[in-house]
Amino acid sequence: MHELSLSGAVLNTVVKHAGERRVIVVSLRVGRLRQVVPGTLAFYFAFVARGTVCEGARLELQVVEVSLRCDACEKSWEIELPAFRCPTCGGAEVAVASGNEFMVESIEVEEAECIARK
Amino acid sequence: MHRTKVRIVEDALDANDTIARANRADFDRAGVTVVNLMSAPGAGKTALLERVAGDVPGARVGVLEGDVQGSMDAERLAALHVPVTQLNTEPSFGGECHLDANMVRSALDALPLQEIDLLVIENVGNLVCPAEFKVGEDVRVMVSSVTEGEDKPLKYPLMFRTCDLVLVNKIDLLPHLDYDLDRFLYNLDQVNPGAQRLLVSARTGDGIEAWRQWLADLAARTGERALL
Repeated sequence: MHELSLSGAVLNTVVKHAGERRVIVVSLRVGRLRQVVPGTLAFYFAFVARGTVCEGARLELQVVEVSLRCDACEKSWEIELPAFRCPTCGGAEVAVASGNEFMVESIEVEEAECIARK
Repeated sequence: MHRTKVRIVEDALDANDTIARANRADFDRAGVTVVNLMSAPGAGKTALLERVAGDVPGARVGVLEGDVQGSMDAERLAALHVPVTQLNTEPSFGGECHLDANMVRSALDALPLQEIDLLVIENVGNLVCPAEFKVGEDVRVMVSSVTEGEDKPLKYPLMFRTCDLVLVNKIDLLPHLDYDLDRFLYNLDQVNPGAQRLLVSARTGDGIEAWRQWLADLAARTGERALL
C-alpha cells in the first residue's frame, strides 16, 4: 500500500533530473526490505506521472536481495525471512549490507536534436 | 530526437530526508526532543499520550497531531492543557496516509517550541508508509496492541525495525485472547534484536509509570546533549 507514497518520491527525483526532457525509462534498484510490490509501484507511478514529463515512462525495477553482516563475528549471510539476529553468535548488532535500497539508478530521456546554425 | 541515458544513483527519499534534517536542526536549536509516535489505527497512541502528556517529570510536553481528517484526537489532548497543534493531511494529494518531513515543516511556525521540551508527533495510524518517511525525530516509538496478533513484527518488519521502543498496549485484554505474548516478543526480537519494549494498558494504567519515566529519561538525556 505504500507504493503510492513511494511512487511520488520516485517521480519527484526523476523530474528534478529530467527537467523539460521527456522520460522514456526509469531504472530503479529496490531492496527486498522495502517490501515494494513491483507491479503496484508501476501502476501508481503511471498514475502520478500523468501530466508530467514522465507520462507513459516505463519503470524498470531491479530487486536487491537482503544481505546482513554481524558486527561481532563478522559473518555475512542472506535472509529470506525477517530474522535479524546473527545465526552464528546470536549477536544483535547486525548491519544491513544490502536490501534497504530505494535508488533511482538512471533514466532514459528524449533529447531534442541540436540544430547547428552557421 | 534521440535518446540519452542519464545516470542518477540517488535515493528517491533523499528529498524527504534533507527536509527532515532541517526540521531536526530547528528542533535541536530550540532544545526540543522529538518523538515520532506510530502504530496501526486504533492501537492506542492517543490514549497512551493522554495518560502521560500532562505530567512528564522535568519536561513540558507538546503534541503535533497528524490525522487524515478531523481534530478529535487534538481535542482529547487539549482538554489536558497540553499544547496541541493539528496537522491534517487531507488537503494534500488525496489525504496522505502518513506524515512526511515537508508536512511537519509546514507546521513548524504553529508549534510553541519555546514553551516545550518534548514534542510528540502522533503520526497517521498506519504500519507501512510512516516507516518510510523521517520527519525530523530523535527517536521512534511504536504502539502494538495485543488485539493485532503476535505475527505483526514479521508482517511489517520495516516499521518494527526502525523503532527505538515498542509499547505493547491493551495487556488487560490478554486473559480474553489467544494472543501469545512470548511469541510476539520473540518475533520482535528477531526483527529488531534488543529493541526496548514496555508492556502497558492505557485503560487500567498498567505500565504507564514506566512509559512516563522513559519519556522523562529521554528528555533529560537529550537535554544533557544540548548543554555539551
